[in-house]
Amino acid sequence: MRVVRLIEEGLVERFREGRIRGPIHTCDGQEAVGIGVTAVLERQDLITSTHRGHAHFIGKGLDPGRVLAEIFGKETGYCRGRAGHMLIASAEHGLLGGSAIVGGALPIAIGQALGFQVQGSDRVVVPFFGDGAAHIGMFHEALNIAGLWKLPVVFVCEHNEYGLTVHARHQSPVEDIAVRAEGYGMPGIKVDGNDAVAVYRAAADAVAGARRGEGPTLIEAKTYRMTGFSTSDQGGYQPEKEMAAWRSRDPIRRLRRALAKALAKGRLDALDGEAGETVAQAFAYAEDSPLPPAEEAYAEEFAPPRGPHA
Amino acid sequence: MRDMRYADALHAALLDEMRRDDSVVVFGEDVGVYGGVFKVTRGLQAEFGDSRVRDTPIAEQAIAGMAIGAAMVGLKPVAEIMYVDFLPLTLDQLINQASIMHYVWAGQVTLPFVLRTQGGAGTGGGAQHSKSLEAIVAHVPGLKVVMPATPADAKGLLTAAIRDPNPVIFIEHKALYNTRGPVPDGEHVVPIGPAAIARPGTDATIVANSRMVLESLEAAGELAAEGISAEVIDARTPRPLDTATILASVQKTNRAVVVNEGWRTGGLGAEISALIAEEAFDFLDAPVARLGGLDRPIPYSEPLEAEVLPDAARIAAAVRKLL
Ligand SMILES: Cc1ncc(C[n+]2csc(CCOP(=O)(O)OP(=O)(O)O)c2C)c(N)n1
Ligand SMILES: [Mg+2]
Repeated sequence: MRVVRLIEEGLVERFREGRIRGPIHTCDGQEAVGIGVTAVLERQDLITSTHRGHAHFIGKGLDPGRVLAEIFGKETGYCRGRAGHMLIASAEHGLLGGSAIVGGALPIAIGQALGFQVQGSDRVVVPFFGDGAAHIGMFHEALNIAGLWKLPVVFVCEHNEYGLTVHARHQSPVEDIAVRAEGYGMPGIKVDGNDAVAVYRAAADAVAGARRGEGPTLIEAKTYRMTGFSTSDQGGYQPEKEMAAWRSRDPIRRLRRALAKALAKGRLDALDGEAGETVAQAFAYAEDSPLPPAEEAYAEEFAPPRGPHA
Repeated sequence: MRDMRYADALHAALLDEMRRDDSVVVFGEDVGVYGGVFKVTRGLQAEFGDSRVRDTPIAEQAIAGMAIGAAMVGLKPVAEIMYVDFLPLTLDQLINQASIMHYVWAGQVTLPFVLRTQGGAGTGGGAQHSKSLEAIVAHVPGLKVVMPATPADAKGLLTAAIRDPNPVIFIEHKALYNTRGPVPDGEHVVPIGPAAIARPGTDATIVANSRMVLESLEAAGELAAEGISAEVIDARTPRPLDTATILASVQKTNRAVVVNEGWRTGGLGAEISALIAEEAFDFLDAPVARLGGLDRPIPYSEPLEAEVLPDAARIAAAVRKLL
């Protein structure tokens, strides 16, 4: 979580300096969801991500240096600079993948889960999505089919109260997305998304059930993005009182307090130091990496055939 | 060789590939128990079971997305969209997801899936069940688009599509399902890409696809009786388009008529006409003629529907005008 926060702080700073092309969507305040859920998963389990995916990437084990290289559009990025921060994929880490079409990865995630079911595999798929995505048609198509076929999926909705600038109360007639699970024949679990341990526990149960073939779960993690939609956000719609209340529930500070009871004195500071070192090295790696040569734009349109008997 | 219906040739391709390769799965609306509204998937669920052959809810976005996701993890899905008129519901998944992944993710995944659908007019389906929308998907890099005109190509191209590691939009024609023709026995694969010379000729080139190939052949027959030798090119894969075969033909005949059932404005015919104008201008003895569907919704009533479609008589007239 600390690594994610530091990465985002570094990205925002560099964006302000004009050193990054695209806007950055930070998940600050929401780190406990991505990190808590991915901590449950095995490497061969798949996740799909969103425009707000830094915690998902780091949680699924991607190298921070190569994530940052991708965001800087560098040749050493996971997608050789072709994806940028919203579309990152890493097949070897089970991130397939980022998507900046709201809700767009949900039908794909159930397809991945369908694949695992047909193959008789015990792999599980976890699509992350926002509260805004719960109002798009694809969400409903995907949950219906996942519930119907008992696919091994755990849907994780990061409810951060806003879809871009519009508050959830102006987007949905129901406060909790989790209630929709009932209509699709699966459990709907509401969890405090700023409590990493609670998120981990909820995800562990749901993932274990999916792995045993018991079908999907919808987890709704209640959380908040502390600094607005993205670096392009001009603000003015999040009440100051609301922001202050959520800042006092910062998931990193909460986890720190919880861990302070369990860990030896000084250990937490040492971990923070390691996180800082990791992120500094990652930025150095990304910034020192070369940009791809322009000819790479002509990379092949199609995958080459595998021969007539593929 | 065996004389087969177009629909049976498609069925044979599915059957053979599912027997050969356990990773081939079929899903879509009404494809399982009933065997598809055009019966192309009949009997597959009985033979392969309801895990590999699934009736889905009416959810086109999910059908397309599931094809992508399942392909990504190693299946070879053949998903069905009942009418090409419903393809617009899948376009986000096709255009924003399937088409970008191989390139943007720098080759980390391949997406070996086929989206089978059928289009075209001629049976009184009306404005929401008769369209030709191939130009929309053929516009998109990263998608292959295939439109067989004959039973042999129906089998051979579907087999190739299932084995192809890329997304293939496979557009059948509803008015062709009952047409018959010879299909080679045993394994029959027609590579995706090359056009076919459906009838050789020397005086003019007619470039067509899908049902318009049959109309063009009829036109060529009429013209032959008048002493005009028309060459008919079946541009059976709109993407990737076999530009070499089209250009070689025009360089030989010096005249070109381009025919598509889809709307004329912004259609495939516009692309092919531009290709000829750019690459074979010096060989042309007359301007390129372009026939397409009338720029209107497809009307239901028989004389109206017939009026909006290119046909053999109009194609023959267009060729005569060039000579
Ligand atoms: C289909 C689609 N519509 C609109 C947008 C523009 N857009 C990007 S993010 C966003 C808000 C999404 O809200 P939510 O799902 O709650 O995610 P959050 O940003 O809160 O994490 C919108 C409207 C988009 N990218 N895709
Ligand atoms: Mg939101």
